Amino acid sequence: MIPLLSVTDMTHYFGGLRAVHDYNLSIEPRQIFGLIGPNGAGKTTIFNLITGVYTPSEGEILLENKNIKGLETNEIAAMGLGRTFQNLALWRHMNVVDHIRMAHYSQLDYGLLGAFFNSRACREQENQVMENVHQLMELFNIEKYAGDLVTSLPYGAQRRVEMARAMATRPKVLFLDEPTAGMTPDELVRMIRIIRKVHEDFKVAIFLIEHRMKFVMELCEHIQTLVFGEVIAEGPPEEIQNNPRVIEAYLGKEDMT
Amino acid sequence: MGIVKKFRQMFSTVPMLGWFLGFLTAVLIEYFWGYDYISYYLGLPKIPVLFGALIMLKEPLMIPGALAYDLIVYVIPVLAVAKLTSPVTNQGAALLEKLPLWLSAVLHLICLYAVLHVWAGINDYRVLIVKLSLISIILTVSVNVINGYQGEFSCSHPGFMALGAYVSSILTLMLFTNDKIFGTALLPPALAPYCFPLVLVIGGAAAAIGSLAVAIPSFRTRGDYLAIISLAFMFIVKSAVENLHVIGGARGMGGQPDLAPLPVIFIWTMLCIWIIHNFVTSIFGKALNTVRDDEAAAESMTIKTRKTKMTAFMFGAFWAGIAGGLFAHVLTYINPGMFSINRLAEILAMVYFGGLNSILGSIVGAVSINVLGEALRPLELFKWIIIPLILIFVMIFRPYGLISFTEINTKKLLEAKHKTKQGVSP
Repeated sequence: MIPLLSVTDMTHYFGGLRAVHDYNLSIEPRQIFGLIGPNGAGKTTIFNLITGVYTPSEGEILLENKNIKGLETNEIAAMGLGRTFQNLALWRHMNVVDHIRMAHYSQLDYGLLGAFFNSRACREQENQVMENVHQLMELFNIEKYAGDLVTSLPYGAQRRVEMARAMATRPKVLFLDEPTAGMTPDELVRMIRIIRKVHEDFKVAIFLIEHRMKFVMELCEHIQTLVFGEVIAEGPPEEIQNNPRVIEAYLGKEDMT
Repeated sequence: MGIVKKFRQMFSTVPMLGWFLGFLTAVLIEYFWGYDYISYYLGLPKIPVLFGALIMLKEPLMIPGALAYDLIVYVIPVLAVAKLTSPVTNQGAALLEKLPLWLSAVLHLICLYAVLHVWAGINDYRVLIVKLSLISIILTVSVNVINGYQGEFSCSHPGFMALGAYVSSILTLMLFTNDKIFGTALLPPALAPYCFPLVLVIGGAAAAIGSLAVAIPSFRTRGDYLAIISLAFMFIVKSAVENLHVIGGARGMGGQPDLAPLPVIFIWTMLCIWIIHNFVTSIFGKALNTVRDDEAAAESMTIKTRKTKMTAFMFGAFWAGIAGGLFAHVLTYINPGMFSINRLAEILAMVYFGGLNSILGSIVGAVSINVLGEALRPLELFKWIIIPLILIFVMIFRPYGLISFTEINTKKLLEAKHKTKQGVSP
């Protein structure tokens, strides 16, 4: 089976610092893949390397067998790689509808002239987008905030907006950077449900970074553990849970919950 | 507060059409009786051009007369007609609602134009104020695209304006007039009004191409670079024109045919507002806001940020060029000094006073700063104390300007306003 997203021998240097070393990844369609590791291990760097924020110093990245290394972030995103951010990256002067609307950018082709003169193609496509927006808002249960500025929303809802926005780009792989950061246990349970739902409804593969063991163990089918830019263990949750190196490097003497 | 609320409630049933009718009555009263009767009996030397502001500041003794004039000619007729005709105008507005929105909007604009035309028809001074205000609207709205919607700080608008003004002036001088520099007219002057739009567009395109000189180096990074580079660009354009003796150098360039009467400028202004409104409400235009608020997130959401920034900047410059072309043909004389730091201050004041990220705000800002500037003219130096003071207060109490982050909702603006029946609504 051809993997949906594969990374081979990716290495990246920030100046003299080797942030990521010989990183390999292979995500199959519809897989939920987890990446764990202590703070500063390079997890977010890996996200940024794959999504094109940085270009890796060495290695190869293939999305559906097409090389995406060196492309611009927006091109990679348009090819089917959606993401959320660790510290919510919402547009603070825009409302919820506009957030989800904007993520349809690459799916439009009416052009600038169409936008200037409000051409028929423009109106049709914008209407199509609005329909989509309403579906997504319903799915993520944020339609009651439709016209509100995102900054006025509760934290959990902001997370959902971010996720709805990422889904609007029609990703094949969804990158979630600590989707439960700063959430209460209540919201956490709801987040698990949402992620499962997204996984079911959109048939996407999910690649997530997480700190909460409960969350990762419950959701992921396959887990990688990263320490100082190197993968020290890889496998299904049970294996990772019992791997002594992982416990030593990352979990320490903490109890598993 | 109570009075304001009551007042609002009383006039909440008046549709836009009613207000237009009220103002039309007022300006017609002024047109027919303003000089012969009203101002004569009130002891005013002539019709007060700007609602009596100039007379009041020059001769305080005339204040009661001028105020009475305003009351008789403007306030009472406008309010009375608007209120009394509201049943009729509401029906009219309801009829117009059945038409396509664009047709209804055009009809409303014709009404607006009629009001402006009659009001300005009293004397040439008013015509000039209206023309310059309309040109300022184009400038302000186009600056708002860059400084408001895109959230950068660009200072090069006078430069773009100069490019548009000079290019279009050279074209009209070369093609339609017998000029000392460019020789005899290449085309019959009768064609001039028909070719004028094309000339303006070429001027705008020149400004857009010129803007690349700012955009290419400064959009590689974020931050204050754009402000510095664009400021430099403005001075480069000014110095270049000053040293080009072919086009008049520092002495300027005159003799442009008067191709910009009020209707032409009005149409261009409305066209500008319409196109920019379409742009900023479309996804391609809203992309500017995403770039402003979080560029990394915008990239991840498939938005081509670099392209967005470049096109918006060129777009803004294009309209500045159009405004410059109109400006040159209103004054029929331009010199490089007109497109310098003073103009920049004026434009930025209009944008930040009116409100960022809002076309309506830009219109309000452009008109109010323009009219205020004219009305306070008798104060001479003090004008430059009062206007900045007002700006400071606006910045303190409304940091984003008077009307910020609001879009024009044409449909809502023009709809019929029926009385809300009490007890019926839940």
